[in-house]
Amino acid sequence: MPQLDFDVITLGHGSGGILTNKLLESGVFNVLKNPWLDTHHDGAVLDLQGPLAFSTDSFVVSPIFFPGGNIGDLAVNGTVNDLSMCGAIPKFLSLSFIIEEGLTMAAFWEILVSIKNAADQAGVFIVTGDTKVVEKGKGDQIFINTSGIGQMHPNAQISANRIRVGDKLILSNPIASHGMAIMSVREGLEFESDIVSDTCGLNHVIHGLLDQFGSDIRLLRDPTRGGVATVLNEIARDISLGIDIDQKAIPVLEEVAGACELLGLDPLYVANEGVFMAFVAPESADEMVDFLRKQPLCQAASIMGTVVQEHPRQVILTSTIGGKRVVNMLVGEQLPRIC
Amino acid sequence: MKFLFEYRNPEKVAQYLDEITKTVTRPWKIMELCGGQTHSLVKNGLLALLPPSIQMVHGPGCPVCVTPLHLIDKAVYLAKEKKVILCSFGDMIRVPGSQGSLLEAKATGADVRILYSPLEAVKLAQQNPDREVVFFAVGFETTAPANALSVLHARQIGLTNYSILASHVLVPPAIDAVMADEASQIQGILAAGHVCTIMGVGEYDELAKRHQIPIVVTGFEPVDLLQGILMTIRQLEAGQAFVENQYSRVVHAEGNPEARRAIEEVFVVSDREWRGIGTIPQSGWEVKPNLASFDATAKFDVQIPQAPECADCIAGLVLKGIKKPVECSQFGKKCTPENPLGAPMVSSEGACAAYYHFADLA
Repeated sequence: MPQLDFDVITLGHGSGGILTNKLLESGVFNVLKNPWLDTHHDGAVLDLQGPLAFSTDSFVVSPIFFPGGNIGDLAVNGTVNDLSMCGAIPKFLSLSFIIEEGLTMAAFWEILVSIKNAADQAGVFIVTGDTKVVEKGKGDQIFINTSGIGQMHPNAQISANRIRVGDKLILSNPIASHGMAIMSVREGLEFESDIVSDTCGLNHVIHGLLDQFGSDIRLLRDPTRGGVATVLNEIARDISLGIDIDQKAIPVLEEVAGACELLGLDPLYVANEGVFMAFVAPESADEMVDFLRKQPLCQAASIMGTVVQEHPRQVILTSTIGGKRVVNMLVGEQLPRIC
Repeated sequence: MKFLFEYRNPEKVAQYLDEITKTVTRPWKIMELCGGQTHSLVKNGLLALLPPSIQMVHGPGCPVCVTPLHLIDKAVYLAKEKKVILCSFGDMIRVPGSQGSLLEAKATGADVRILYSPLEAVKLAQQNPDREVVFFAVGFETTAPANALSVLHARQIGLTNYSILASHVLVPPAIDAVMADEASQIQGILAAGHVCTIMGVGEYDELAKRHQIPIVVTGFEPVDLLQGILMTIRQLEAGQAFVENQYSRVVHAEGNPEARRAIEEVFVVSDREWRGIGTIPQSGWEVKPNLASFDATAKFDVQIPQAPECADCIAGLVLKGIKKPVECSQFGKKCTPENPLGAPMVSSEGACAAYYHFADLA
């Protein structure tokens, strides 16, 4: 962290004047350094060809620091993953802060460094951005928006319209870790645990998957807010087909399952930040799972379900004991401000 | 978790189902009392696995469902008008009162917090000495010890800004109320394991005798429930009616003496209104007069009119097992989990919500 003559961020840092300049020059620009940002222009001029994907997301997670990450890497990974789910290779991000006055420079610095590391890991550049400061009480420490542009992978044909009866549903990772990591440090709910958020960039894994299996991948989704259950319900409604899922094939880490049990939460509805689901052609499903299990991020990949003709627009789970139940959309919020 | 997986073992489940099918010779109507049991039956898909001659009736054991409307109105009033920090368990904040739910009150600026323990509320009161903190103490005998301890703890550390809005209901009087209604026709009862963990099983012998009904204290996992059902059916098939304890790994005959002592120090038995059912004599607990300064009902002057229940909601008949949720004219139409007319559609342990999530499997 650079030596600065202020410890906390004040309204002046969003004024556009000298203080803003100091914050940007010694802070943001210095850390995120790249040819586009270095021009200090109003926007970035990008040279891109072919089909592109474009996505945006805002991050209001509370608390801003949690086991396994903070609002900074979450904001980068979130948009990187959204682009990846489109079948794109993420290239450039924008980054906007809304800071509540009083945020310490140390906290801001830590967030900034996390942003830098997450962007480096994903291989994306932060090329434009904005910083605003609001009065105490008008925000909650810091909110971040990121938008991103990605170049479509030449093999990608991601569309719900391509999902057919018999297609398999692959789950990349154990679920519910992010939501429960936040829960474990949420004011009024704190409990001792080793649970860490799964936040990570999935773009390299998806890139590899598309390289090898291309059009056999029909649809990719990352089950963030609302969890696996909510996303699957959205898809079932979109495609007007049924989805059968198997509880035995949906891994939940033991400590996460224990915390869910304790708090009465169903892991199927808990948020994830480093998990994706893929609807894939049945003939390649096993091979894809083998491929994924060799990736450091997806060692617990499994085939968790199948697309069926029966019970259109419904998701039905076979429980570990062989009973069946409808898995509905989440009603209301299981826990607000999870990302 | 290992402990839990043992009671979710697919082979054991299959064994019990097989044994139940072999034992049952005619239709039986069994009520599981506790909402947690209802939830587990639904969540694990057990209802569809049971032989069709066994009808499970979902009892009144969902505390959220039976908390009277005017008490929810009172909580909303305290949060909105008296500007207290109103703390509640999660399910409770979505239940509609006549002036909206606590969640809606929160959206318009009231300070409503979801907590998992009343002791967290005591901590909040310590951290906010200039604010009144009220914990919405809802529940059966199970949650009473923690609520009682929060009061005792607050007293011990000298807090004057902490109180509870108590809505505690008791299981044995509810069994009486259900059995007294001839329309309910319940033949066997799975009693709530967790309640008996605190209170013991002493009160149930007399009930089983008086109503000539098997009562099996039962746990919440699939294997527990199936074993409890099997024990009940064995009694029914043999024409017996006595108290058995399926949940003996947790429930001791005398309950938990220490927890009972805390309850006795803070609460006194009183008549209690059950939403949808009406007033049941001696069926609840209220804070003792000597602790009135920790009793939100005594502490705050709340003058609000008694609002009538939604005329279309048949929650009372559902809670007594007389009607099934699907027999309600509004079920799944005007009344859904997103837009509930009555409490059983709100709580994940409510019978209507359970049916809503399950019935469309047909």
